[in-house]
Amino acid sequence: MAAPSDRELSDFVLGEARLLDEQRFEEWLDLFTDDAHYWMPLEWGQTDPRHTASLMYEDRLLLKIRVERLKGSRTYSQKPRSRCHHLLQVPRVERRDEAANLYETWTPMHYVESRGDRQDFYAAWTTHHLVAVDGRIKIRLKRVDLVNCDAAFGNIQLFM
Amino acid sequence: MSKYRGDKSAVAALVRETEVHRDLYIDPELFELEMRHLFVNTWNYVGHDSQVPHEGDYFSTAIGTQPLIMVRSDDGAVRVFYNRCPHKGTRLTEGSGNTGRFFRCPYHAWSFRTDGSLLAVPLRAEYENTGFENSVAVRGMTQVAHVHNYRGFVFAKLGTVGPGFEEFFGASLSSLDNMIDRSPVGRLEVAGGVLRYRHDCNWKMLVENQTDTMHPMIVHESSAGTAVAVWKSAPAGTAKPMAVEIYAPFMSSYDFFQKMGIRVWQHGHGHTGVSHSIHSDYSAVPGYAEQMAQAYGAERAQAILGENRHNTVYYPNVMIKGPIQLLRIFRPLAVDRTLVESWTFRLVGAPDLLLERTCMYNRLVNAPTSVVGHDDLEMYRRQQEGLACDGNEWLNLQRLYAPDEIRRNDDVTTGTSERLMRDHFRAWAHFMTMSM
Ligand code: FES
Ligand SMILES: [Fe+2]
Repeated sequence: MAAPSDRELSDFVLGEARLLDEQRFEEWLDLFTDDAHYWMPLEWGQTDPRHTASLMYEDRLLLKIRVERLKGSRTYSQKPRSRCHHLLQVPRVERRDEAANLYETWTPMHYVESRGDRQDFYAAWTTHHLVAVDGRIKIRLKRVDLVNCDAAFGNIQLFM
Repeated sequence: MSKYRGDKSAVAALVRETEVHRDLYIDPELFELEMRHLFVNTWNYVGHDSQVPHEGDYFSTAIGTQPLIMVRSDDGAVRVFYNRCPHKGTRLTEGSGNTGRFFRCPYHAWSFRTDGSLLAVPLRAEYENTGFENSVAVRGMTQVAHVHNYRGFVFAKLGTVGPGFEEFFGASLSSLDNMIDRSPVGRLEVAGGVLRYRHDCNWKMLVENQTDTMHPMIVHESSAGTAVAVWKSAPAGTAKPMAVEIYAPFMSSYDFFQKMGIRVWQHGHGHTGVSHSIHSDYSAVPGYAEQMAQAYGAERAQAILGENRHNTVYYPNVMIKGPIQLLRIFRPLAVDRTLVESWTFRLVGAPDLLLERTCMYNRLVNAPTSVVGHDDLEMYRRQQEGLACDGNEWLNLQRLYAPDEIRRNDDVTTGTSERLMRDHFRAWAHFMTMSM
């Protein structure tokens, strides 16, 4: 594929959030490369995902387990099911490295997760490391930095 | 009208041999009494001394709902104080840090040495001839009288009634020993950050659940069961990831849990996983066994690593996992609100991969984003709601009950027994009523 334009990168990030809001989790999972990670740090400015706890630091296998679990007939924490809503600022392309096939975007967002009568609100900055693979844009790293990453939380069951 | 305050026998009557009354989980008055008796008469973990390595280092902590400060004083001793200015009650510290040679109250700048004594008061002359020297305030910060540092783990008892440290813990300290001995130099350090997870339920549900071996294969079918199923579809020959090693054993059979055994000690302490546990079959960490053998000798090293205790409960509200180097505190906030803190430790001198596994375990199982956590919390939430209904006022804890069990201490039972939960409530009634 020709190097993706800024507009294509930005549209990709917006489209990713829409898949989550529409609960099209299998299609969403398919946006990740095989070696991808989804990272939600626990610390402000965290640099090490391995020797410091994170809220999530998941490879495709772990993400797939989550997606499958959401469908399970004995997944009681999803009875009733959760829903989510992303409100994104226009993603900014922060870095383009065509030689290395790596593109980085930065996207402030508000995220709402609801279940039954309860609704929780989060604010975060999302960083995507994107690559072009076989004519498609894919995610190698999605990092979600919550403004209150070190707060005590209740359940967060879906994906920001 | 007060149902339980001042009525020792009404409180005692809530715990029967094989049943416990729902008010323990839903009555705000009992919650208040727990704060005033249970959490005052027992020894509670306040922190680890690696959190305050240098003089002046402090860590803000709590027992029950009492805010405390743990500090390394100028003489090198770790002391614990109520986190309150003697002047007008302002909380002195927030989080952790180094206070230097004295604490300074942010409100009117009274200052206190790190042993708690009053150092200075602005315009002190204005207290002359006021009898200030006879006030409570002049004595400085109020120290918690009973503090014991056990190999780095700092415990405190707020009250004057209740047993001494050794008597309270007895042989249960062997679980802490095992966790610490897993370091080749016999030392742990708090590392990896703390996960904090809010639960809309009573704190005791979480404590009971730590040794509830009849729930994993049911409640975690959704998470661990899915993990096993997804893993099965991986191409043949793929190396088993650490995450699957962590998840899969939750799906072990009844037989597995029956045979692992539960050891019970006095005062509600006990642990699951006497002969084996869900932590038994993790892959070896390169170089670690050799380090241990060198440090302790082959035989002793094998004995230390051969212990695979699953969850050890230190009553009332702490659980440790020796093989994972993890400690959880179930902090009571209100009768139906609990904050779960999950802390991890580095085995000083051991390979970093162990800390990596510890951190992974913590985030896969104990984070607010953990699918295992979601499974459990859903049950607690439903339990909290279900107990509000008047269909039946009692919870049943009869599995493998024997009328003479109370006389058998330091006993090993079948791994699916509810004996340890019965012991929790025996301890509850004992420590609740001893100062009433
Ligand atoms: S309240 Fe602390 S100095 Fe006044
Ligand atoms: Fe559980």
